[in-house]
Amino acid sequence: MTAYVIRRVWQMIPTIFGVILLIFILFNWVGGDPAQVLAGKISNPDQIANIRRQLGVDQPYWVQLLIFVKQVFTFDFGRSWSTNEEVSHIILTRVGPTLTIMLPVLFITTGLSVLFAVLVAYVRGTLTDRMVMIACTVAMSISFLVYIIVFQWLFGFILGWFPVQGWSESFWKNLTYYAPLPIMLAVFVGVAPELRLYRSFFLDEIHQDYVRTARAKGVPEKGVMLKHVMRNALIPILTNVGIALPGVFVGSFLLEVFFSVPGLGREVVTAVNRSDFPVIKAVTVYLAIITMVINLLVDVMYKFVDPRVSFK
Amino acid sequence: MSAILDHPPAVAGHHSPGLWLLAWRRLRHDRVGMVSLVIVVFFLLLMTASYMGLVASDWSQEKGVSYANPSFLAGAENLEAKAMEQRAKAAKAPPVDLSDVDPLAPRYKEWEERAKKIAVTEVKRSETLPLGGDKWGRDVLKKAIKGSEVSIFVGLSSALLATLIGTVLGAFAGYWGGKVNDFLEWFYNIFTSIPYILLILAFAAVATSTGKFGKGIVPIVLVLSLTGWTGIYRLIRAEYIKHANREYVKAAQAIGASNNSRMFHHILPNVSHVALVQLSQYTVGFIKAEVILSFLGFGVPVDMVSWGTMLAEAQNELVIGKWWQLAAAGLSMAVLVTAFSLLTDSLRDALDPKLR
Repeated sequence: MTAYVIRRVWQMIPTIFGVILLIFILFNWVGGDPAQVLAGKISNPDQIANIRRQLGVDQPYWVQLLIFVKQVFTFDFGRSWSTNEEVSHIILTRVGPTLTIMLPVLFITTGLSVLFAVLVAYVRGTLTDRMVMIACTVAMSISFLVYIIVFQWLFGFILGWFPVQGWSESFWKNLTYYAPLPIMLAVFVGVAPELRLYRSFFLDEIHQDYVRTARAKGVPEKGVMLKHVMRNALIPILTNVGIALPGVFVGSFLLEVFFSVPGLGREVVTAVNRSDFPVIKAVTVYLAIITMVINLLVDVMYKFVDPRVSFK
Repeated sequence: MSAILDHPPAVAGHHSPGLWLLAWRRLRHDRVGMVSLVIVVFFLLLMTASYMGLVASDWSQEKGVSYANPSFLAGAENLEAKAMEQRAKAAKAPPVDLSDVDPLAPRYKEWEERAKKIAVTEVKRSETLPLGGDKWGRDVLKKAIKGSEVSIFVGLSSALLATLIGTVLGAFAGYWGGKVNDFLEWFYNIFTSIPYILLILAFAAVATSTGKFGKGIVPIVLVLSLTGWTGIYRLIRAEYIKHANREYVKAAQAIGASNNSRMFHHILPNVSHVALVQLSQYTVGFIKAEVILSFLGFGVPVDMVSWGTMLAEAQNELVIGKWWQLAAAGLSMAVLVTAFSLLTDSLRDALDPKLR
């Protein structure tokens, strides 16, 4: 197991280097001279000269790459081009609000989807099953944007059940007052596709031989579903949650933009609008690293869920 | 032995139906699939007609009053248009007489006479439009048609480009294996280790800040396809690994077919159904992505209309009770996306009946 983890970490190195290279090529090479990018956005020539010196624009590309690699490993991306705030400070302060929204979303969505998927798989092939599937397809085809615009207008503006937007300093007030509407929206939109997917996982298991054996030896249908099928279907579900997990840190940038949540997603969108490259570069590189670590953790967790998995 | 002999030997010259014909026959029996196909074809025809300027070419003309009511709601009160009218009237009213202090006063007459010589046709703005008007009195129906054209065009072309990139890279990785495969897998890992939405925004940041990705809708097509090729790459690669050692490929090698010919003449037709299903799935995904990116202002330029830019306007209109632009953009998108998704499912069922 230790050997497996060490080997996986070892294999991450070329990928991390590749991510750094990709971001470097994109922003330093394709992106070009910050003096051109920032023309019209920053009027102070001293500031632009300073940014160019920090990036080493006048030096050969390999020196610039070394500067970038050093930035990644020292957690020092300098300051934002537009607000002059420390990039590391931006990232650390914006993660909190994003997680306040996204962690409840992840838990509630996964819980509800698994529950509904079991129920629908239980009545598979009936009219209810087909109606639910059609409803999911239709629900999925409406843009997330339309849901946000309509729900924010209906629940925030017309009915006044929730604040239209906003955020406070207190964690509890955020969680209980400002976060519920965005959370509800994300759950509402997230359940349909996951329900469809998880239902197919359950149906895959239902046709396996061990299910027939369980039925033949007299296990009631409920027991078959909850004990035999559920446990096996949880493996692909776990994979799927693992894939979704890194996204929790980016958050739903649309929700953050609409509800003025000062999270990472909104920060990235603002950064794109202002051509604030250091912020985007830092967030992208670190999230890629977080993604790789989470993937490794999910793979290790398989061992505990599924004893058949062995680390090679 | 007798069981084998029971099958009649294939008659020479008799053509057995190919994959595509069989798939078409299966699809024709799929009622949901056929209805979806009709809807999708309708949208594609609409897109072509609008592209060629046959319909909605005058979408940007301001034909109605501000926020003109939809025809079926002709009686509804339109406060915004009234306010506009009053402002226009106030502007026309003669200003306070300042002729004794105004040094330009003696020349006003002369200017007025000169202004009268220039013919100005006062356009009568209509009170209602078929599906209502937007803030500037443009026809929402025409905007929706033009917006469909742009959104579908962006979705289709980015899906085509992404499928092309994914198929070529997947073919190389799967066919050659070894070093080529290692390199391309490394490349794939880089792209998939960055959360998808961040990858799109990073590309969009460079595209919008530098303008190096071209003009018009080219940047968004490039951004979507350069970031979205990974899924199809994986599937095509797996197919090529499977096919590379099959007998028909070995036979092709034996008669002297080159590597390229084996990859793209012999194997590709046998895996193209995978690419087709992916293409259709990608189109749906990219149409949705375009709408969101355009809404945020990283998508199609401001002088064009797409479902995304319509929704961006609709957000503020809804608060003052003008819901028709939201409904027009949201509904036409929902209809197309539903039809396209159902068609994708039917296509998959028709092309790969084993998956059913």
